[in-house]
Amino acid sequence: MKATVLVRPKEGILDPQGEAVERALAHLGFAVSGARVGKVVDLEVSGDDEASARAQVEKMCEQLLANPLIESYEIELQT
Amino acid sequence: MAHPQPRIGVVTYPGSQDDRDALWALGALDAEAVPVWHGERLLPSLDAVVLPGGFSYGDYLRCGAIARFSRATAAVCEFAAAGGLVLGICNGFQILCEAGLLPGLLLQNESLRFVCRDVSLRVERSDTPFTARCSEGQMLTIPVKHGDGRYVAPPDLDPAQVVFRYRDNPNGSVDDIAGVCNEAGNVLGLMPHPEHAVDPLLGSADGALVLASLVESARDRALAAA
Repeated sequence: MKATVLVRPKEGILDPQGEAVERALAHLGFAVSGARVGKVVDLEVSGDDEASARAQVEKMCEQLLANPLIESYEIELQT
Repeated sequence: MAHPQPRIGVVTYPGSQDDRDALWALGALDAEAVPVWHGERLLPSLDAVVLPGGFSYGDYLRCGAIARFSRATAAVCEFAAAGGLVLGICNGFQILCEAGLLPGLLLQNESLRFVCRDVSLRVERSDTPFTARCSEGQMLTIPVKHGDGRYVAPPDLDPAQVVFRYRDNPNGSVDDIAGVCNEAGNVLGLMPHPEHAVDPLLGSADGALVLASLVESARDRALAAA
């Protein structure tokens, strides 16, 4: 089963990368605000059971993929 | 022996860079510096441990996030839990934060630039095993060299855990924080590199005050245990 983990900087955490991207977009003439840069982790999880796959990926997020002090995460499963 | 040398380990991870400088500096300050490989699950008999600077595991995912799971880090966590002295410098600081031994985390510099220069640090506490040779309020000149040194504090950080502050904040750290200790005071992390400032020939010997404090504290502990 394919899993995608989206890791985002938490609200209130300064994201200088997002600010730099936003300035670059403004420079190109786009009217944007609130740009934030996070990470995507694509995984192949063994097994077909969605609930157990989700539970596994959640454990991965808590132990390694995201740090709760600065990041939030979201899990998408593709069956 | 009137003057035993304390044994201080320096852990080498894949990607550590400043392990040799740390070993050399500790040796120059009259400690027996002991190299420790990251794959060792048990530490040799030590009076203190240093986690050095560098880019362990390529800084992949987050700085220190992968080194946190190495065997030697598990051994260092046990050593710290038993009250052992642990000093994390730069990447070592990042590893200690990821491992939960120190509060907070270090993120990319606000400037998005790598900074490599001497900075002025204010000693906020001289009652720790790492700053006993300094006085409170003393200014130290010690170099930084990092791309990810912006300290983010947890909401409940006790201000008493701040041991060093920058005079001119080089990375956007909250509250100018350059170094913090744990609640018990036996674990310290800082972004500046005291091991690069132990000889006046290199521009400053102020880092020797920090490392000599550690050597002295480790020696006291070795003597007390003997």
